[in-house]
Amino acid sequence: MAALLEVKGLKAFYGQTQSLYDVGFDIETGGITTLLGANGAGKTTTLRAICNMVRREGLVRFDGKDIKNLPTEEVVRLRIAHVPEGRGTFTTLTVDENLRIAAYTRKDKQAVNRELERVFAYFPRLKERIQQQAGTLSGGEQQMLAIARALMLGPRLMLLDEPSFGLAPLIVVEIFRILRRINEEEKVSILLVEQNAALALDLADHAYVLETGRVVMSGPSTVVKNDENIRKSYLGY
Amino acid sequence: MEQFLQQIASGLANGAIYACVALALVMIYVSTDHINFAQGEMAMFSTYISWQLMSWGVSFWIAFILAVLLSFVMGVVIERVILRPLHNAPVLSIVVVFIGLLAIFNSVAGAIWSYLIKEYPSPFPKSSFGIAGVIGPHQLGVVLVTLIVLGLLFAFFRYTPLGLAMRAAAQNPQMARLVGVRVDWMLALGWGLAAAVGAVAGIMVAHIVYLDPNMMAGILLYAFAGALVGGIGNPGGAVLGGFIVGVLENMVAFAGNQLEKATGVYIIGNGEKLTVALIIVIFVLTVRPAGIFGRVVVKRV
Repeated sequence: MAALLEVKGLKAFYGQTQSLYDVGFDIETGGITTLLGANGAGKTTTLRAICNMVRREGLVRFDGKDIKNLPTEEVVRLRIAHVPEGRGTFTTLTVDENLRIAAYTRKDKQAVNRELERVFAYFPRLKERIQQQAGTLSGGEQQMLAIARALMLGPRLMLLDEPSFGLAPLIVVEIFRILRRINEEEKVSILLVEQNAALALDLADHAYVLETGRVVMSGPSTVVKNDENIRKSYLGY
Repeated sequence: MEQFLQQIASGLANGAIYACVALALVMIYVSTDHINFAQGEMAMFSTYISWQLMSWGVSFWIAFILAVLLSFVMGVVIERVILRPLHNAPVLSIVVVFIGLLAIFNSVAGAIWSYLIKEYPSPFPKSSFGIAGVIGPHQLGVVLVTLIVLGLLFAFFRYTPLGLAMRAAAQNPQMARLVGVRVDWMLALGWGLAAAVGAVAGIMVAHIVYLDPNMMAGILLYAFAGALVGGIGNPGGAVLGGFIVGVLENMVAFAGNQLEKATGVYIIGNGEKLTVALIIVIFVLTVRPAGIFGRVVVKRV
């Protein structure tokens, strides 16, 4: 079976500085893949490069189609939903508006309302706060809002950038449980970037380890998890 | 008492104009962090277009609508053609472009229509409109038209998906892209709407200040003051700020006149109302730098 997302020889640059040298991986349809690595290894940059938010070179193919030259907003319209670092909340908009914005190109209002209900089934807490200004939500709620908004795009692939960042452990467990459900029930493939390797390896079925802009290791999560060498040298636990 | 009400009413009419221009300034400011100094001259140009259409025999309201639509297109084109290449330019380069646009619109209008002051008609019926002794027909008409336009804009931004997309693009452009919003087009659309609102202001005020290429210079200043008083990042605040400045300037003149009547000493009057109003504006901003309705945004660096 062909991979849903195929990345080969990916390089990325911030101005004159090169931050990715040779990143390559495949994401299978329906799978959960995680990118691990220390600070500055290039995990976030890899996600940004897929969505064309940084200058990049190399091959990025989604569903067999080369998407290297598409601007960010067109990449998203292929139903690749990016939940960015820092959650990207529209702080002055309401929770309702934060969700509806992801469906603004759709004409069918009824379908959008149905979609909202479907999303609220995963995040009942957001429904309670529907008219609240999103900037007043707690960190965990904003992370839920970001994932819910990504769901509103009806994604085939979800890119998640450190969903556990800055959250209380209990909230993190709840969010990861919801991610697993989304993957199973909505058939959404997931590419997860995480600092918390233990957590990510539990959720993912495949893992790639990045170091200074290169993939240095990859394999099924169970293998990576149980390989003491990898754990000690790259994952630090 | 009647004089007092009259002054308030005419202050509201002027304020309505300032409110429109202030809103135009804010619409561009919230999405780009720039103040378009050419906003007033663009409105003046739109007003000339409507005058030209009328002189070709088009009726007032048709000319009004056509001029507003043309201004919208003009705003979009200016953004796409002139400002697009400057998206990452330093602030001062953009300021220079705005000042350049101001000078260009001013001299092109002068070249086409001359600098002679022209009369501009009022579309509102003389009888049966307005409240005798308090507000004249044109003033009442101006207030009504601007309120309708502001109401429509509010509804557009608040209740339509496109309005929502524009607000999202202004607030967090990067995230807006990530939900599929074409942010560049939202900016152009914002410019178009700002130009259209400016055109409404120009056409409404031309009967009061007469038509000439410099008609908007003072108004832009008042509108800017209004936007700052209300809070430059807050559209609703800017509109209220416009009205406040309009009423304030008349109140200053009114108070001066009363004082003169009571004491026989001339202290302030019509000639000084701009100065005094701006002093009050500066005072407000010293006390509340973000404006009355503005919020202080703390940025992490």
